[in-house]
Amino acid sequence: MEKSEIKDFIAKRVAKELKDGDVVNLGIGLPTLVPKYLPEGIHVTLQAENGTVGAAAGNTDPIHDVDAGGNPSGIIKGGAFIDSATSFGLIRGGHVDATILGGLEVDEEGSLSNWIIPGKLMPGMGGAMDLLVGAKNVIVAMEHTAKGNAKILKKCRLPYTAVKCTNMIITEMGVMVVTDKGLVLTEYNPEFTVEQIQAATEATLIISPDLKPMV
Amino acid sequence: MAKVIPIEEAVKLIPDGASIMFGGFMGCGNAHKFIDALSKSGVKDLTMICNDASMPVAEENPLYPLSGDGYYGVAKLIHNKQVKKLIATHVGLNKEVAQQSMKDDPPTLEVVLLPQGSMAEMIRAGGAGLGGVLTPTGVGTLVETDNPYCLGRQTINGKDYLLMAPLKADFAVLGAAKVDKAGNAWYKATTSNFNIVMGTAADTVIVEAEEIVDEIPPEDVRTFGILVDYVVEGGKY
Repeated sequence: MEKSEIKDFIAKRVAKELKDGDVVNLGIGLPTLVPKYLPEGIHVTLQAENGTVGAAAGNTDPIHDVDAGGNPSGIIKGGAFIDSATSFGLIRGGHVDATILGGLEVDEEGSLSNWIIPGKLMPGMGGAMDLLVGAKNVIVAMEHTAKGNAKILKKCRLPYTAVKCTNMIITEMGVMVVTDKGLVLTEYNPEFTVEQIQAATEATLIISPDLKPMV
Repeated sequence: MAKVIPIEEAVKLIPDGASIMFGGFMGCGNAHKFIDALSKSGVKDLTMICNDASMPVAEENPLYPLSGDGYYGVAKLIHNKQVKKLIATHVGLNKEVAQQSMKDDPPTLEVVLLPQGSMAEMIRAGGAGLGGVLTPTGVGTLVETDNPYCLGRQTINGKDYLLMAPLKADFAVLGAAKVDKAGNAWYKATTSNFNIVMGTAADTVIVEAEEIVDEIPPEDVRTFGILVDYVVEGGKY
């Protein structure tokens, strides 16, 4: 797969996980590609943690309306603007069905690290820690490796964003579901063998008896 | 009762070493004219409580009011090294924060990072007379083990929570679209963000509004006039 196709490939697969009517919070970067791949008939409401229920593309009032990345945003008909405390009340309170975000590392227990590299980078957690503990379904959407190094580990080495929070990991190589027993590979990209996927993964993958090709 | 004063006079209220909450999210909802004037005032050693440190901008851009000096919103105060302590949730889009807090020797800026939802609720608790917030956010992370505002873990009905301290400040500086003669404020689009809770949690509250109007309909009031000490007119961007 060409490098340029990877993000869209992952986003397209993530889109199939969303159900009609879901309230969804998208992280910055790759997750923002997901809405354009929603299957026909599936409509979701985007929640932006800085204060929008029903966020939409658009740029009608850029000074006053931004998304969670600080970029100009819009709002759907029927949407609402809310303050930060209310917004995170929705998130922690279980009113957000799914969050999709990237990771630096994710491990066998579903713990995720994506907010700090001590001594080097300190972007901060923003709303990620709240989203990971609050959203009903946490989908990590990311490239399988970084510069050839495994990102799916036995145990995260970077400081956690949240512990045992991830439900599913979707990469260009496959789909992994987090279970009590470990990571179960349920789908694979036919461009790779299962052996190649395991070789690119530090965590031990449990191969689902129903393993299917990613489509 | 809120008093309408010129921006220059409002800036003079802020002494060196003050703690200030600034509403806003990546500059959206910052009190732009007040912050611009404060950045030119020479006031220093501030503790800034704000979601983020906003960002530098390459050139004057109509999307980013008053960014002609290359800095948008509270990023001006970081750039001028007026802040000695920053309490925020995300600082990745302002590289000067990492420079001043990690790379400069000695560092001139102390940074405390908090989860965004925790920070909002800690400020709400500060303004609502609560002794703290119990939140599941941050359990098992550096927020629990290495953060001065985390007071420990509690287990309630089998679920773990962190007890986070309430947050208050000497000043809150809010950026509203409209304010009326009684100090009632209304916010446009996503600018309400942290402005709402911050208006409840400071000793002195200053509201900058784009427009001062005769009356805001009571059902549209988001920051109540009884909380507001001073109003400054920012004008339209």
